[in-house]
Amino acid sequence: MKFKTNTSPFFSSENNVRSVMLQVLIALIPGTLVVAYFYGWGILINVALSVFFALALEALALILRKRPVLPFLGDFSALITGWLLALALPPLIPWWVIFVGVFFAIIVAKHLYGGLGYNPFNPAMVGFAVLIISFPLELTQWIQAGHISAISTLNQIQPLGFLESIKSVLGIAASAPDWDAITMATPLDAVKTGLRAGTPYSDIISQSPYLAKTPSNTWLWSGLAFTLGGLWLLYKKVIHWQIPVALITSLIIISGLFHLFSSDTYATPLLHVFSGATILAAFFIATDPVSASTTPTGKILYGAGIGLLIYIIRTWGNYPDAVAFAVLIMNMAVPTIDYYTQPRTFGYGSAIRKSHSKQPSTKEENKS
Amino acid sequence: MITLNPSNKIAETRKLGTFHGGVHPPFHKDDSNKPAIKFAGIPKQLVLPLRQQLGSDAEPCVTVGENVYKGQLIAHLNHHEGALSANIHAPTSGTVSAISDHAIPHPSGLQANCIIIDTDGKDELSPELPCKPIGDYKTIPQNNLLERIQQAGIVGLGGAAFPTAVKLAGSQNSKIKTLIINGAECEPYITCDDRLMREKSAEIISGIKIVLHLINAEECLIGIEDNKPEAIEAMRLATVNETHIEVISIPTIYPSGGEKQLIKILTGKEVPSGGLPSELGLLSQNVATAFSIYQAVIEGQPLISRIITVTGNGVLHPQNFEVLIGTSFAYLAEQAGGTTKMADHLIMGGPMMGFALEDDNIPIVKATNCALFTSSTALRESNPAFSSQATMPCIRCGKCMDVCPANLLPQQLYWHIRAKDLEKAQQHNLKDCIDCGCCSYVCPSHIPLVDYYRFAKIELREQRIAQEKADISRERHEFLLYRKERDKRERDEKRAAHKAQLQAKKAALAKKKAESGDTTETAKDTSKADAIKAAVARAKEKKVAREKEPPKGSERKRSAVRKNNKKDNES
Repeated sequence: MKFKTNTSPFFSSENNVRSVMLQVLIALIPGTLVVAYFYGWGILINVALSVFFALALEALALILRKRPVLPFLGDFSALITGWLLALALPPLIPWWVIFVGVFFAIIVAKHLYGGLGYNPFNPAMVGFAVLIISFPLELTQWIQAGHISAISTLNQIQPLGFLESIKSVLGIAASAPDWDAITMATPLDAVKTGLRAGTPYSDIISQSPYLAKTPSNTWLWSGLAFTLGGLWLLYKKVIHWQIPVALITSLIIISGLFHLFSSDTYATPLLHVFSGATILAAFFIATDPVSASTTPTGKILYGAGIGLLIYIIRTWGNYPDAVAFAVLIMNMAVPTIDYYTQPRTFGYGSAIRKSHSKQPSTKEENKS
Repeated sequence: MITLNPSNKIAETRKLGTFHGGVHPPFHKDDSNKPAIKFAGIPKQLVLPLRQQLGSDAEPCVTVGENVYKGQLIAHLNHHEGALSANIHAPTSGTVSAISDHAIPHPSGLQANCIIIDTDGKDELSPELPCKPIGDYKTIPQNNLLERIQQAGIVGLGGAAFPTAVKLAGSQNSKIKTLIINGAECEPYITCDDRLMREKSAEIISGIKIVLHLINAEECLIGIEDNKPEAIEAMRLATVNETHIEVISIPTIYPSGGEKQLIKILTGKEVPSGGLPSELGLLSQNVATAFSIYQAVIEGQPLISRIITVTGNGVLHPQNFEVLIGTSFAYLAEQAGGTTKMADHLIMGGPMMGFALEDDNIPIVKATNCALFTSSTALRESNPAFSSQATMPCIRCGKCMDVCPANLLPQQLYWHIRAKDLEKAQQHNLKDCIDCGCCSYVCPSHIPLVDYYRFAKIELREQRIAQEKADISRERHEFLLYRKERDKRERDEKRAAHKAQLQAKKAALAKKKAESGDTTETAKDTSKADAIKAAVARAKEKKVAREKEPPKGSERKRSAVRKNNKKDNES
């Protein structure tokens, strides 16, 4: 009797890329819904458009590269890239801005480098970085949050309905929305301009419609919702704890130190952690396994580096938020970090490098 | 460190070590561990490969057509120094019908030289037993005991089939404090050690005591995974009165039965990379090996049969058999009720580290612990739709890293090997990979990671061999250059010395002449002659010094290597 042959191990678990990515998608839902609750249909339209562009461009790239389309579309990685990019963009942003961002994310950052698994840079963040450099105006027009009595009664603003939102995004609305009336500075922006103008930090907070009272701090609530998703990923072991913990901790430490040093000129750790994209970055963006550091110690360095860079760029740089640049800069450091943070292999003393130099076989190879 | 308690109940409170990673695949132990061990019977033909382990062939000592008795030595181990082989005995009586090539269990489906016996069914014992039962093993010298183990052809039955006598002899020289008995049986599906421990616990303990006596060890730790409560119970009962043997229940996790992993669990110590357990005063043996040592010493039976699990959904009645070495897999499948339609694969060993056989007309050997007949779908834990899913690119998720028992970075190893950067792979300690397959098992992209590591290890070994050859020829060349230069220098010196002699003679002549002439000139000549003499002496001294440091081959080689190493460290 004849049998099929193969190589060991013959067993394999139920893990697959699709189920890993599916967990990420599930984890994104609470945060997305909370943002949508505050900012209306705009954010959902963003996500839908962005995901559509991402899948279409992914399919196009796969066809051009003569790769099987369905297995790769089915791995959901493009979907997540599109979704994450959409969450980083202000609601009601014109469709073509989204398209440009997704194009750079999927085509340039991902497929020009070889597709899934081969991109050194986080695709969503490449897309975002291109957009914030190219279209700074569009990217800073965050509409005011609806559903918050304090804000909407103050300005008599009704959140845009679904159809109006779509029309606005597609640029076919009868009258263009009055951006000045419906948009406002994000907390990070407000704090930055305020501090630059010399206003004491506590005054900025008390004047800000978002930050003065906890219930109206939409960034805090959406941050908490994304944290929930992040905890789910940790529980499901889709991500390791090191990156989120190191990122948030380093950000808290550095912002805390500066705030203690001068509480009027430096924002609190709370503001840094719960505004902008910090939480999203900690659990969803920096943890992108392909472009992040892969060793346990490396992940801590990588996460801490991002936290530090976020603070530096936010405080002294020109951009209101810094997640994209911080992540991209640390992406560059990943190969070096990974090489120097190898864990201690079984049967070695604590200093792995030392035991290396004792072995003649490795020496032989070092010759060239 | 170890408190010994006669009832062994202390074992519950012992603090166990852990190793990094590991996986919990479906273990399928219940498939086959219920029925008692059954004798598989005598097949019509037995095929005995002359080499059943790494090393060399045994040398046949029977001829074609010769009648053999059960237990008769048919091939003796290779006596050449450094050769690794073991005696082979006829598992039953019959006629040697051929000594020729036959398919053997090998991952590449190789053929090798085998002794083929047509059995006569009489199972007749040899009138003069090659191994007589030894009553009280403590009364005979240790070397005789060791010789018996060698005579009986005993090899490690855990899978590697390393000749046990060689392992034990090596351990006699190094001080062994603790004997580790491996009853973990962590591979899914396999239950042969489980059944053996349940049914033959007293005999195993007896074998263990022989080994303890042989290597003068103080204590013995038996590690058994806690998914075998009956085996643990049976072994504890058998050791109630033993103060130096402790049965330890260890958590079920693959690969706890790996030698180094088990040692870490039981003692908390890590065997150094590239080192042996004996460096830590430890020696490990499998339970089945202990049992066969008992058989060889107490019963006088050489290793002619072993317990094998025949299991999987490809056979009707999965169970354990006592099987004569040389029985074919096809015969075993028949004994287990025959194969079903689902028998897509035949795997020798477990699904994690075993290898697939293309044909079942292949004999079992001493190292065979399991014959797994299974369908392709049963090997996947879940939805079979995914089993045919193509390999996806690595997304560096790190799941492989989380489960690696050697604490390597499988994702980085894979990356570097794919890029053919074997040097980097070495720097990531590729050689410490134990091929356990945990990484491939969990990989969400279904990358056959272990295949990459196997490829790289073989590639590196070949590179090393080539490098060694190149080193030798380079050394030869360097020595040739050195010799040429030395000969030239010697010739030059000889010439110089000769010249000096001539000049000295001339000077002497001139001196004679001068004696008749004026005195000032004589003085001048004397000083000149002195200078020449001094030069000759110097040349002689040099020559002597050079002969004192002869370019000995071995020493030169070592210094050359040292020099190279220094260079490497700098680069």
